[in-house]
Amino acid sequence: MSIITVERKVLEKNDQIAERNRRFFRDRGIFVLNLVSSPGAGKTSILERTFERMRDSCRMAVIEGDVQTDLDAQRVAEYQVPVVQIVTMGGCHLEAGLVADAMGKMDLDGTDLLFIENVGNLVCPSGYDLGEDLKVVVLSTTEGDDKPLKYPAMFRNASVLIINKTDLIPYVNCRLDVLRDNALKINPDLRIFEVSCQTGAGIDAWCEWLGGKGARGQ
Amino acid sequence: MHELGIAQNILDIVRQAVPENLAPDIRKIRIRVGQFAGVIPESLDFCFGVMAEESGMKQAALLIEEVPTACRCRDCGREFTLKEWVFLCPHCGGANLEVTSGKELEVVDIELVDHGGEAS
Repeated sequence: MSIITVERKVLEKNDQIAERNRRFFRDRGIFVLNLVSSPGAGKTSILERTFERMRDSCRMAVIEGDVQTDLDAQRVAEYQVPVVQIVTMGGCHLEAGLVADAMGKMDLDGTDLLFIENVGNLVCPSGYDLGEDLKVVVLSTTEGDDKPLKYPAMFRNASVLIINKTDLIPYVNCRLDVLRDNALKINPDLRIFEVSCQTGAGIDAWCEWLGGKGARGQ
Repeated sequence: MHELGIAQNILDIVRQAVPENLAPDIRKIRIRVGQFAGVIPESLDFCFGVMAEESGMKQAALLIEEVPTACRCRDCGREFTLKEWVFLCPHCGGANLEVTSGKELEVVDIELVDHGGEAS
């Protein structure tokens, strides 16, 4: 038997492209957020509420990732926010190369904030760097307060947790204090926002942080 | 099911490390998978098996070394293995932890049977 020593990272190609993406964003002063969640937690709804609050003060753009359809891109486009849809055709997460392709299809000069809305999935996207400044994990109250413990990698790798659908608390089995506690056990540095896209509660606090120095100081 | 993509990446790395004519001689590919890498070893093994057969590496088996999640406490300096997913130092209760291992996803080495003989 003979042994060939390799010692290479399996995702090194993705990481190299992600680093290239990051340099592109830094050179242009674009702040980039990678939004992750399970399907239906409310990533696109949070973007819509964010556009309403921030479109006069901030130039935003979106890269949408979905397994199928451009339904989310259509929703974003209604706000006159530049958007490119990536359809992964079954792929369960976005990779840095797909984001680089999407970047090539849009004019990002002058953009302040770029949102990359990942494929709805609390597992696979956690391992793939896209070149973002930070990951934002969205969890809705209907999913239950135990999810941070069940999907620790996602919550550990994120900088921000947005708890959405707080208006449904009276009707669902989700204790907000337990949810916060579980999330902070996995990641004590997590910044947490509680919002309802339905009523608009909490959206101001999120947007103030996003538009201010807080986000960039992470 | 991103294990399929990861299996593909592993095969790409193997192809770059081993000349094409030696691919059928590959017996073991040792990889290191951190507990925190978001990869299910059984699923990766299954995906790899299917793809290796199509790639002319029919006899190549994946040898998966699982790496536990270990942390170093920046407050008290002690190191420990994470038992449950609670990122608090069991010694001083500090939350200022550095994850020192558990995120690995690496191809370590490749074992080939020597040309001209079926060595054990």
